Amino acid sequence: MIPELGQFALIVALILSVVQGVVPLVGAQTGNRAWVRLAWPAVSGQAVFVFLSFACLVWSFLQNDFSVAYVANNSNSALPTLYRVSATWGAHEGSMLLWVVMLAFWGVAVAARSKHLPEMFAARVIAVLGLISFGFMLFTLMTSNPFDRLIPAAFDGRDLNPLLQDPALAIHPPMLYMGYVGFAVAFSFAIAAMLEGKMDAAWSRWARPWTTIAWVFLTLGIALGSWWAYYELGWGGWWFWDPVENASFMPWLAGTALIHSLAVTEKRGLFKSWTLLLAISAFSLSLLGTFLVRSGVLVSVHAFATDPERGRFILAFLVTVIGGALALYAWRAPLLKSDEGFGKVSKETFLLANNVLLIIALLVVLLGTLFPLFMDAMGGGKYSVGPQYFAAVFVIPTIPLVLLMGFGMHSIWRRDNFSRIARRLRVPMAAAIVLGVALPWMLYGRPSVMTAIGFTAGLWVIGTALFDPVGGLLDKSRKVRVTRGTWGMIVAHFGIGIFILGVTATESYSIHRDQALRIGESIEVSGYKVTFESLKPATGPNFTATEASFVITRNGEHVVSLNPQKRTYRVQRNPMTEAGIDGSLARDLYVALGEPLGGEAWSMRFQYKPLVRLIWLGCIFMGLGGLIAISDKRYRVVVKKENKASGREALAGGTS
Amino acid sequence: MTARQQRMLIVVLVLAGVGVATTFGLRAFQENLLYYYTPTQVQAGEPPLNRKFRVGGLVVPGTVGNEPGKLEKTFDLTDNGAMVTVHFAGILPDLFREGQGIIAHGKLNDEGVFYAEEVLAKHDENYMPPEVAESLKQIHGEEPSQ
Repeated sequence: MIPELGQFALIVALILSVVQGVVPLVGAQTGNRAWVRLAWPAVSGQAVFVFLSFACLVWSFLQNDFSVAYVANNSNSALPTLYRVSATWGAHEGSMLLWVVMLAFWGVAVAARSKHLPEMFAARVIAVLGLISFGFMLFTLMTSNPFDRLIPAAFDGRDLNPLLQDPALAIHPPMLYMGYVGFAVAFSFAIAAMLEGKMDAAWSRWARPWTTIAWVFLTLGIALGSWWAYYELGWGGWWFWDPVENASFMPWLAGTALIHSLAVTEKRGLFKSWTLLLAISAFSLSLLGTFLVRSGVLVSVHAFATDPERGRFILAFLVTVIGGALALYAWRAPLLKSDEGFGKVSKETFLLANNVLLIIALLVVLLGTLFPLFMDAMGGGKYSVGPQYFAAVFVIPTIPLVLLMGFGMHSIWRRDNFSRIARRLRVPMAAAIVLGVALPWMLYGRPSVMTAIGFTAGLWVIGTALFDPVGGLLDKSRKVRVTRGTWGMIVAHFGIGIFILGVTATESYSIHRDQALRIGESIEVSGYKVTFESLKPATGPNFTATEASFVITRNGEHVVSLNPQKRTYRVQRNPMTEAGIDGSLARDLYVALGEPLGGEAWSMRFQYKPLVRLIWLGCIFMGLGGLIAISDKRYRVVVKKENKASGREALAGGTS
Repeated sequence: MTARQQRMLIVVLVLAGVGVATTFGLRAFQENLLYYYTPTQVQAGEPPLNRKFRVGGLVVPGTVGNEPGKLEKTFDLTDNGAMVTVHFAGILPDLFREGQGIIAHGKLNDEGVFYAEEVLAKHDENYMPPEVAESLKQIHGEEPSQ
């Protein structure tokens, strides 16, 4: 009964999304205000039914309703409650429903915060979101219905993939999807602006916080995925340039470019059509990511779903959305001319360079990700592009990007002078170079050109980001008022610097040793002595395991005991490696158990990973910076002012 | 130097930089393209020597072996047409097992043994790498008796 209710609710939501998508657009085009206003009740209603539908699916999981095929395939009565909830989006059908839920959430959020938007414009934004919702709900109902019944019902479920039974991975998809889907808002703003043929500073001020919050979610979502891969999947790697990772990284790069381009559009009214194009690109790449992951076109550890019908649907959807948006762009963007100019050296130039370099980086990733698919589709043979390509080529645009970032932060609008900026930043520049060469030498002993560049780059970004706040602390007379927006920028860029340090140290100075070891034996790796003490059985709620005990000492002193496990989950019988990690800011020690090699020996992996935590810490700072930036007064003032004259509150009432 | 010359110099430098970067990028791209070969193709001597490529197939039951207590191990891969022996000195993925479809990255040595640097098994017990699935299909198409 409950699953049928869920499916029925989804169908009602689908119908409401047509109303939400079509009626306000027609109303806006013909000047019919009643039709325009229908956007608000339609989006609220759509969301209510989508949430209801999702709740039904969660309920089916909680109740262990194995007469639902999706539940039977992805859950089990022994599965802990937390994972029964997260199993809802653990596979294809449910994650599509999660997409729709996120989209409904964003739709409602825009509607609730739309009081300061012109009515017509807000209605158009909501309508475009409605059309996207329609596409995804149709897709879910036609090709990936999570409510399909299993007759006869299964006695027990086939369990959630053990890899996904992990707290970080329970919240990774919702975060990632919030980001992916959040770019739909920026996209809808762009489409609405093109329909109106008008794009002023106010437009950018509306679009900016939405873009930034989506970007924050995407940043944290990607970081969570990376962290999970590090300790659960990847045997200690944090990024693999796997097509599915790239699929989430490409929208991130486009979104990052968009955030910076929006800054110019807001402050100076420039780069208008470019901003629109980026808004379209960021969302298109989110759709492309969904297509890559969900159509099964990829040979990838993530591609759990393989079904050509789904692929064709998403591809058709992709072509419609991107094609439609670009056609509209070609037709309307020429209307949005900006006649302002800017100096050869100015904040505008630096942000332009930022955008160009980010797009080059994006193209580097795009080429490596799509080339194998392209060749395969053309019958050109089966290629794959090794991660070394990405690692080597990605730094080409990012080194100048990072260098210019420091100067760009301290440049001024309209017209600046390069020697003025360079003079101002001579202290952080000198410090970054000296420390960048000396620090890796002192800390890790083996300097190289790449580590010197990496450390210098990281320290340069940190130094230039903190230059003003630290300068303000040291010199009280230099009282500069710093807005929240600027604080956000400082914190986010500081995060980039931290991230670069983490990546450089991890990639350059990690030690990795695979070894066959008997109980009682030990290995010595750069000062650490790792002893294989014992092996014993262990059990969990739905798995049994072999647990090893490794004692790590350094110069005779006890450092830590780690207990990695080899688990076998009862239902799926897959062996799973659960690494033993001793984490700290300075370094991680990582021990994982391989397989029995006979003669009482086991293969094991020991790793020493310096500063690896800075990688994720940097991402957290980036996200934090984004949150600080959107709390800026200028995004709120307008809302407060217009709250008093709340003409439309009744309409949005059910949602706010 | 006049302002004009200065500007020209900057343009030339930027162009040169872009040129070098593009050349480097494309070379890195070409060097890291890994082509996929089936065991049949490997046996026929199609893959180049001393260049990394990928080979995929089913792990032949009973061929996975290592000296007791040693990390190095060998196993045979088949597409049901031909076999290739793979040598690997590392930790096999959790889902590696006999009869499973896997893909290995590495190079072929003079004796026709494939030295794998990486062995990939997919994180789903029913999953078959598409390349492997296709090469199996080809073999079955040509030799229905197998």
